[in-house]
Amino acid sequence: MSDLIDELLAGKHRALARVITKIEDRRSGHRDLVSQLHQHTGNADVIGVTGSPGSGKSTLVDKMAATYRDRGLTVGVIAIDPSSPFTGGAVLGDRIRMGSNIGDMDVFFRSMSARGSLGGLSTATTDAVKALDAFGKDKIIIETVGAGQNEIDIVKTADTVMVLVPPGSGDDVQMLKAGILEIGDIFVVNKADLDGANRTVQELREMLDYSDGAILQSSGHHGAGSMEGTDGLQIEAESEGWDPEIIETIAQRGEGVDEVLDTLDSHATYLDDSGERERQARTRYAEEIRTLVREDVNDLMAEELDHRGGMDAYLDDVVTRETDPYTVADELVGPLADCVRDRRKE
Amino acid sequence: MSADQEQRTIRCLVAKVGLDGHDRGAHVISRAFRDAGFEVIYSGLHRAPEEIVQATVQEDVDVLGISILSGAHDTLVPEIIDGLEEYDAFEDTLILVGGIIPDDDEAELKELGVSEVFGPGASMEQMVEYVRENVPEKE
Repeated sequence: MSDLIDELLAGKHRALARVITKIEDRRSGHRDLVSQLHQHTGNADVIGVTGSPGSGKSTLVDKMAATYRDRGLTVGVIAIDPSSPFTGGAVLGDRIRMGSNIGDMDVFFRSMSARGSLGGLSTATTDAVKALDAFGKDKIIIETVGAGQNEIDIVKTADTVMVLVPPGSGDDVQMLKAGILEIGDIFVVNKADLDGANRTVQELREMLDYSDGAILQSSGHHGAGSMEGTDGLQIEAESEGWDPEIIETIAQRGEGVDEVLDTLDSHATYLDDSGERERQARTRYAEEIRTLVREDVNDLMAEELDHRGGMDAYLDDVVTRETDPYTVADELVGPLADCVRDRRKE
Repeated sequence: MSADQEQRTIRCLVAKVGLDGHDRGAHVISRAFRDAGFEVIYSGLHRAPEEIVQATVQEDVDVLGISILSGAHDTLVPEIIDGLEEYDAFEDTLILVGGIIPDDDEAELKELGVSEVFGPGASMEQMVEYVRENVPEKE
């Protein structure tokens, strides 16, 4: 078992791939693997990229990876696509866009599917990130369609969250509704050569100013359409928190990618300097522990339920009003609670 | 639901290599595999053998389906297999070839380590069935 970990730590690509497979399949023994990995993690910057379908995520990620490679850094990418809720099957197409990193093994690209209705995708993603981190990747990018709570949970496992907004993606209300403003550290208006890009930048800027609680400023000095400006970098100095940046890119031609990476770097610096990185990590680990505890207790109780003859026996009684769901829950969990409390007294 | 429930899913890479733009078959097969509940990674057109190797290794697929209609299988397939061996990915990957492959060449490809060759007339069910029965058990 730990041979695999040794191989992974020694930089063997196949071992890394296999570890991620075990994590994805929730194969027996994967927990041991991940817990062995933990001590080797904490060195990578994790970047979450989300946005609506067709906003250019994969293309931008491809260019980002290539640019990081030019800067001498290694990159891991996890691209998550939806799977069919009916068959569980999926066509994972993000790899097609990875044309800038042909044959470059130091860009480790892995496609993952949401695997139907079974939960645990964010757990699997977190664990896969750990594998890439322990492998020694400098930058890890998680790419997912920003469509719902699930995806938001996933990108929240990243240090920095980048939201792609295509031009003309609707009025102000749409942006509020999507709930993406709260999670984005960096907003990228991709396909900035299209009509409506300026307006989208403008709208985003206004929304972000509102959400800051600030009175809307006239957007004179960092107005829309200032592609060449590096003004993105100086705004955050005003307050101690991080003010989300807005960057325009044309990912297909690689325009604006350097600026994206520089902004990511300055966000990383901000995280370090402000102590936010540690705070984030603590919150994240707390969440991870809670999730695991919840799942383990769930498993234990499912086992107990089976042992007592399965759910159906209880259902009959509930349907005929002989008992009720609360009583059943008490009956099942009661012994566990007693057991734990007794132990505590000793 | 539990995160510990084992969720073994068959993963396939459907690959187009070389200068061959005929991807109808690859698309149809990708969909059939998806509908069979597999996870399919489609490579896109005009891939170099090294890209296919990179994808097979990184994605840790169970099945590599190579679609070639250009007649260059004798050159491209061995290159891919060499690459897979280099990264220790040859042993536990089921390699299939689809396309127009003459009988003599088919024997040669199987000699190299291709498990099965599917020519014109092969049915979707047949292929899905073959994959289900022959998918390597990964340790």
